Amino acid sequence: MGQKPDRPISPHLGIYQRGPHMMVSIIHRITGFVLATAGMLTLLWWLASIAGGEQAYATFLSYAVDGGKDATTWQIVCNWLFRLVAIGVTWSFFQHLFSGLRHLVMDMGAGYELKTNKQWTWAVFIAAIMATVAVALHVASRMTGAL
Amino acid sequence: MGNGTSIGKVRGSGSAKHGGEHWINQRVSAAGNILLTFWLVISLIRLPNYEHETLAVWLSQPIVAVPMILMLVSIFWHARLGLQVLIEDYVHDEGNKFAAMLLLNFYVVASVVFGIFTIAKIAIIGAPT
Repeated sequence: MGQKPDRPISPHLGIYQRGPHMMVSIIHRITGFVLATAGMLTLLWWLASIAGGEQAYATFLSYAVDGGKDATTWQIVCNWLFRLVAIGVTWSFFQHLFSGLRHLVMDMGAGYELKTNKQWTWAVFIAAIMATVAVALHVASRMTGAL
Repeated sequence: MGNGTSIGKVRGSGSAKHGGEHWINQRVSAAGNILLTFWLVISLIRLPNYEHETLAVWLSQPIVAVPMILMLVSIFWHARLGLQVLIEDYVHDEGNKFAAMLLLNFYVVASVVFGIFTIAKIAIIGAPT
């Protein structure tokens, strides 16, 4: 009782014209994957370190945020790695959120006109980058005490 | 296969009556994610600081622990449905597809149970200081 071999299948990437609407769909999948893995594992680590007590939380902070003056080389490497992860996950969050909202609008049957579709796609990209920059600047200013 | 009885004609053509279920659940969990992540972001901004004691006391309240658990369930449910689509679209070998789905199910279930357990621990037993 397997799949019937001659059943119609959905056309794949090759037949579509490339454009922002294709890019937004691909990036929706990539950002979803990033959030489901890097994003959620970091969130779980954060929760587990709080449950583990003050010492465990301090260890989490020393790797994920700032190792302080006595940081080991490995901690400094992790700090910079996590800054990259934080920016990546933050951007993924906003990109996936705005792109997802676009999907919910399109599910209602709206926004399929070529021009409208293209405009909202660009709006998603721009909004996600702006929101990420805003969060990154805010956090950086808090960490360095610039504001 | 499928040239005689009416059951034979529809066999292997996909299940009946559940075609929209995955799609709808993806949207339901998306709505849950929007509400609950919005709650988390607002709550984190409203905290006076991010010291261990502040976070542990904050998380131990039912009004915080419950939405946090709901958020983990909603997000991992959404991730489960979304990553399933990725596997179905890009992993064509039946054996690899089966293995990937198995891995996905293990990852999602283990993660969500781990998350719920840690929150329950903070809320019920409390975190050591």
